[in-house]
Amino acid sequence: MTTAAAWAEVGGAVNAEALRMQAAAENRRVLALASPGLILIALVLFLPMGWLFFLSFTGDSGFTLEHYRRMAHPAYRKTFTTTFEISFIVTAACVALGYPLAYLMSQIAERARPFLLACVLLPFWTSLLVRTYAWLVLLQRRGVINDWLIDLGLIDEPLRIVHNMTGTVIGMTHIMLPFLVLPLYASMKAIDRDLMKAASNCGATPVQAFRQVFLPLSLPGLFAGVVLVFVLCLGFYVTPAVLGGGRVVMWAMQIESNVALYANWGAASALGVALLIVTLAILWGMTRLFRIDHHLGRS
Amino acid sequence: MLSRPASDTQITHGNRLWLYLLCGLVCLFLMAPSLLVIPMSFSGSRFLQFPPESWSTQWYDVYFDSVEWRAATVISLKAAVLTTLLATPIGTLGAYGIHVSRTRLGSLLQVVMMLPLMVPVILIAVGVFFLYAKVGLNNSVTGLVLAHSILAIPFVVVTVSAGLKSFDMNQEMVARSLGASRAKAFLTVTLPQIRFSVLSGALFAFITSLDEVVIAIFVARGDSATLTRRMFAFLRDQVDPTIAAISTLLIAVSVVLLLVYALLGQRGAGGGR
Amino acid sequence: MPGGLDEAAVGQARTTASLPITISGVTKSYGAFRALDDVSLEVASGEFLTLLGPSGSGKTTLLMVLAGFVRPDCGSLLFGEREIVLMPPHKRDVGMVFQNYALFPHMTVAGNVAYPLKLRRLARGEIEERVRRALDLVQLGALGERRIDQLSGGQKQRVALARAIVFEPRILLMDEPLSALDKKLREQMQIELRHLHERLGMTTVYVTHDQREALTMSDRVAVIDRGRFIQIDRPRRLYERPRSRFVADFVGESSFLPVEVAGGEARLNGRTLRTAEPPGPERRQFLVVRPEKLDLVADQDGAGLNLLEGRVKEHVYQGESFLLYVTLGNDVEIAMRQPTRREVLERVPEAGEIIRLAIHPEDTILVPEEAA
Repeated sequence: MTTAAAWAEVGGAVNAEALRMQAAAENRRVLALASPGLILIALVLFLPMGWLFFLSFTGDSGFTLEHYRRMAHPAYRKTFTTTFEISFIVTAACVALGYPLAYLMSQIAERARPFLLACVLLPFWTSLLVRTYAWLVLLQRRGVINDWLIDLGLIDEPLRIVHNMTGTVIGMTHIMLPFLVLPLYASMKAIDRDLMKAASNCGATPVQAFRQVFLPLSLPGLFAGVVLVFVLCLGFYVTPAVLGGGRVVMWAMQIESNVALYANWGAASALGVALLIVTLAILWGMTRLFRIDHHLGRS
Repeated sequence: MLSRPASDTQITHGNRLWLYLLCGLVCLFLMAPSLLVIPMSFSGSRFLQFPPESWSTQWYDVYFDSVEWRAATVISLKAAVLTTLLATPIGTLGAYGIHVSRTRLGSLLQVVMMLPLMVPVILIAVGVFFLYAKVGLNNSVTGLVLAHSILAIPFVVVTVSAGLKSFDMNQEMVARSLGASRAKAFLTVTLPQIRFSVLSGALFAFITSLDEVVIAIFVARGDSATLTRRMFAFLRDQVDPTIAAISTLLIAVSVVLLLVYALLGQRGAGGGR
Repeated sequence: MPGGLDEAAVGQARTTASLPITISGVTKSYGAFRALDDVSLEVASGEFLTLLGPSGSGKTTLLMVLAGFVRPDCGSLLFGEREIVLMPPHKRDVGMVFQNYALFPHMTVAGNVAYPLKLRRLARGEIEERVRRALDLVQLGALGERRIDQLSGGQKQRVALARAIVFEPRILLMDEPLSALDKKLREQMQIELRHLHERLGMTTVYVTHDQREALTMSDRVAVIDRGRFIQIDRPRRLYERPRSRFVADFVGESSFLPVEVAGGEARLNGRTLRTAEPPGPERRQFLVVRPEKLDLVADQDGAGLNLLEGRVKEHVYQGESFLLYVTLGNDVEIAMRQPTRREVLERVPEAGEIIRLAIHPEDTILVPEEAA
């Protein structure tokens, strides 16, 4: 019997079932490849997060919303406002300093680029503790900056630029700047240079061409960087802890003190869950608004 | 020179001087702190000064002579190496699985593997601290490595995925048509050609673990403190010049790793190998 | 091409057996899009069959199904007597040449060609011998130690070919292997591939969108569009006797003139056409006018031929031939092509001239109106 006749006899989808099962088996193999990672992430991320979530609703006598209610307390509210305030200021500073730098990096000749890139990458690859320490040394009362300014006769008394909000903002801006510059630079590099030429040709002055063509096209990369920096600032611990001198209490520090000082797991976990929700909400919202995921380097 | 055009819209270098100046200042802002620490670490006095009044390597001696500092360094290095060894294969295989998957499963996997980057580190630290307290993994290298690995895996996945994207998957298909099983094709054809991406991912994993502070604050205390943990403790209590010396050493490590990463990037792109 | 062929290599190659391929009821959908729609095809043992179609027609998908890289939703694939549709690609024992060659850049030429033999765990001496023979067969004998990035496009293509045949597969699959080469090299390679096929005799399935290439190289051509086979025929029959408007349009150039068919006769503008075969039953059909089949006739000639009258619009000189654009009675425009021989060039009509064109009944082809 020829195949055609055999097929006619079966009268329909030959081998469909077997093929479907093979495809399913293939899917399972893909899963298997990723399973060590998934297991690790499940154990070390999901499990503790779940536990914290559970803890945030647990008080001395079972289920309670007390920890969340307590977050409306003025002390906590100060922490939240401080955190958002600093995050906004740092983000704004990063945009002000980082946008021109990213712009220059993307426009100058190939030969000069590595130098600028190095200026951004070296801090990026240096431990943030080392950089925070460097700022501590620079900004303290008998630190480098104050000594210079006094020697130059510009001031009489040392400036108080550390162990307060000023020092914290300076330090955090320094840490966060590469996080803004790198995605922004990547998106600026991708802007077709012919577009600016075309704008010129249509009659736009260089300023107009920049404002009407380049700037709008760079916005997605800018938003990606802004969201990244903002979200990192919200949850930041090390730099405010060191440069804030105890006067600046940010969200992450509140969580830490609740655990380390007061062993108040309920409060700590409630704060943590709230931080997570705010972070994820911002990330999700911005991603939906601007489709920025591919600018953050996700394949 | 100043009147030569510098942009596609024919702006001259002269017009752009303000931009060059501003960027110069920003670069100074970025580089100065790290650079200033280096000479200060050679200060001969008990205080950090710039420029140092006298030069000495005393703070390096303090570091190398100190049993505690050495122990902390060993722990940091051990954790970094183990993290690299754990995170790199996991991340590479994960990236490969995501890359070849045709279904939505792949996208889901990608999101899950990126999650550690989206959760604030303080949370991971607190959560892990709590978990480890229950299973007795606190203050152990194992616990540290596990936690650092989930931080490192997303970096490995991103770099290897980028490498796979510029790799011609047809070669793997050819290898399979010639008789190689999927695994064999991956090992003999794909992996040798994405090795620079894999190595870059390994570098990221290493530096992520070495520099990590927040998790170490909770999970690596006292005798089992990492280098960064110990530095943090000293920073809050006193501005010890030894820290300047250690910082300089860490900066040197960063510079070396960054150079290796740049070299890998060039080799990877240049020969298409 | 210069370079001596190893006679022993040729003799050895002739003993390679080949397998027939039977494709039945293969369907592949991606969501709502049907890449392959219930296709069936039989390829004879040792045949050179080309899958010809436009982009997105499904030809590459079918090739990938044969190779095992795309899993169909249903269907049967037989190599000889064996059902292989569930078999993973590395067990199918088919040679495959990709469009961009897919050579391994981290191995030398010899390393690439030896790869499939190493996988089959042959002895080292045997591997070296076979590699040498395969490289000789594609005339690259001296280049074994070269690195891939040192080769030209044509050389890379030959290495890919050598790698695909070195393990003596009984079926060879090729996915537009010549499309990356420039015109001259491509035409040269077409003939060489054809010769290679004659020597080695393995069943070959070749994919291309270039109809000229298909006609040059194949024993049979299977025209495919939107996941279905439209016509499968030997090259000459495909060209001379297209059975649908798509084939007439895709294979060669054509103009189409609407004709009315009634009572077994086809009428163009009221005049009855003489056709080689009786027209089909459809009432509305099209006359396929191939530019080179038209001839200029003087007023008194043309007995027994189908005649068209029109006014010359313009003529375009194209080197080996020239095109004449002619507007017919009802404002329909057709093209006529003539070789630039001396006697032809002497009587090229001017724009505006009224001329008579003739088609021989044997070249008068009708195709039905296509359903949307």
